[in-house]
Amino acid sequence: MTTSRETILSIRNLTVTYKTRMGNLNAVDNLSLDLYKGEVLGLVGESGCGKSTLGKAIMRMILPPGQITSGEIWMDGRDLMKLNKKEMRDVRGNRIGMIFQDPMTSLNPVQRIDKHIIEAIQAHEPHVSKEEANQRAIELVERLGIGRKRLLDYPHQLSGGMRQRVMIALALALKAQVIIADEATTALDAIVEAKFLDLLRELKEEFGLTILMITHNIGIVAELADRVAVMYAGRIAELADVDTLFHAPKHPYTQGLLASVPNINMDSELYCMDGTPPNLISPPSGCRFHPRCPHVMDICREQHPPFIPQALDNGEQEVACWLYESATEQT
Amino acid sequence: MELTFGTICLGSLFFLAIFLAYVIATGSASLRTYLITRLFLTIPTVWILVTLVFIIMRLIPGDPITATIKPGENPERIAELQARVGVDKPIHEQYINYIGDILTGDFGRSITVEPDRPVIDIIARRLPATLELVVPAILIMLIFGVASGAFAAKHHKGIADYSFRIAGIVFYSIPIFWMGLMLQLFFGVVLNGLLPTAKRKSGYIQFDTHTDFFLIDTLIEGNFDAFLNVVSHMILPTITLSLALIGVFIRLTRSNMIEILQEDFVTAAHARGIPENRVVYRHALRNSFIPIMTLIGLQIAVLLGGAVLTETTFSWPGMGLLLRDGIANRDYIVVQGGVTVFALIVGITSTITDIIYAFIDPRIRY
Repeated sequence: MTTSRETILSIRNLTVTYKTRMGNLNAVDNLSLDLYKGEVLGLVGESGCGKSTLGKAIMRMILPPGQITSGEIWMDGRDLMKLNKKEMRDVRGNRIGMIFQDPMTSLNPVQRIDKHIIEAIQAHEPHVSKEEANQRAIELVERLGIGRKRLLDYPHQLSGGMRQRVMIALALALKAQVIIADEATTALDAIVEAKFLDLLRELKEEFGLTILMITHNIGIVAELADRVAVMYAGRIAELADVDTLFHAPKHPYTQGLLASVPNINMDSELYCMDGTPPNLISPPSGCRFHPRCPHVMDICREQHPPFIPQALDNGEQEVACWLYESATEQT
Repeated sequence: MELTFGTICLGSLFFLAIFLAYVIATGSASLRTYLITRLFLTIPTVWILVTLVFIIMRLIPGDPITATIKPGENPERIAELQARVGVDKPIHEQYINYIGDILTGDFGRSITVEPDRPVIDIIARRLPATLELVVPAILIMLIFGVASGAFAAKHHKGIADYSFRIAGIVFYSIPIFWMGLMLQLFFGVVLNGLLPTAKRKSGYIQFDTHTDFFLIDTLIEGNFDAFLNVVSHMILPTITLSLALIGVFIRLTRSNMIEILQEDFVTAAHARGIPENRVVYRHALRNSFIPIMTLIGLQIAVLLGGAVLTETTFSWPGMGLLLRDGIANRDYIVVQGGVTVFALIVGITSTITDIIYAFIDPRIRY
């Protein structure tokens, strides 16, 4: 692995609760996760598993009826949860940038592209003059392969791929160290998506970015990520470096997930996991995956499994599954 | 050149033309096409409006003269009047004359309201009064309506939100004349004449009129007391008229803003660390201005209708009162002239709102 092990962002025991009429729902449940400097961490899971909520929670942008009920998010030696409004505004954009799912709707339709970039720069660096900010915007978009003339266009005049590059430009304009890409390629077609991923890879090296890649697309993760976290029902089921996860998945959910990815060389029928994701208002007791798990044991129904690190020659792997408890004890 | 209502009209048209010429010369190709197309569309719009006025006026049984004149009038006198007004001619000829008269600014002569006076002169004196009522009313309505709507949306489901929503529906439900009467009762009787409740100025205030915009006239004369007197007379009528429609603006702005505040680009702007007030009052508000502009264009007509009621309630000698007098005295020439002017105003305003549209939203192009 190329990553150094310096932690840039550290999430500890984070819980995000949505208050609904039927009861409280923990979209993210007591979740801890570290992001290492310079890595791409893929966060995968089914719809509704809480991965987007986690992304928003890091930015503290959970809107009511949602609420971060407990936990800490450490960055630059500060707990983001304890920052006031103004300090948090400074973290957004300046330290952590976010790229959203739909580039078609992520830009203000009545604002020119250059205004977006200049506004973002000046919001964080008020001393920068408009000309200077404009110059920076020109350099930036040209680096991303957009002609400077397009800066004078409105969002509706750009293609989806261009808009997504503008979103990156906005993140880079502020020198954000961490980028949260929330389903950033979902709305792009396959060719644009591939180009976009190449660009992201280049920029990651060039600017030393750390990327949290939230996606349900396993293929993207395989291509770009250094490590992968598999999320299920608000919790992390398995965390491993990308090779280990794809070649030796441990958690039954990860195994099921990987088996249900179509493969062109496949001759058997596509695997389909039984059951549906749990209702988080009244989640199953113990391990949340146990009603769907082919290897369910008694203990799974009673207690939630702890994170169990796996012994590996190189790389790392942690699994929240009772199946591997005995193995740990033996080693 | 003397400053009169006519020169003000010509002057503002002139500046509008220069502005449009500048934009057409310097703007992008798509903006240019849009503006030119829209300007040309004004012609059929206004033409259809004045034609409708003509048709509606001709739907009245008989003709303007026989409807006006007392029974038993000398038939020769009737024929003479009919010939003067032109209603003895075939309908198509009347129509051609009517359009030709409008193009040359000739609206005929009043029959009974101010006998024999050219209607255009009467309108030139009355229209400034109405504009002095309607324009401040629009401004109050826009500024307070949009601001409270945006504020309510920002504090969605808070106390301010509920208060403004209730206020909006209450104001919208109150009939204009009743609101006017209650304000008159309160400020005129309960508060013992704190604010004047009728006319455009007090009887003892005297000044020369140039433009018939009293605000401008008093300033030209340098008569500050008269200016304040005129302003104090404007307060109750403009508030009455603006309150009647402010509810629509509060509710429209609010519901639009709530929707737009949930759009991805607003979230994205927040995620970029743009200050919240800037996100709400610049990004979101500018986007919600598009339907608001549509509403302004549509509400101008309602507002002119409201002006008739407000002017009647406050004895405000404007177009509304003129129309009422025209109808009451069966002076169809005056009514036709007044309604034609209203139609022209509606046509021109809709063009102007559509032009402002294009500046707010770059996606609006032909």
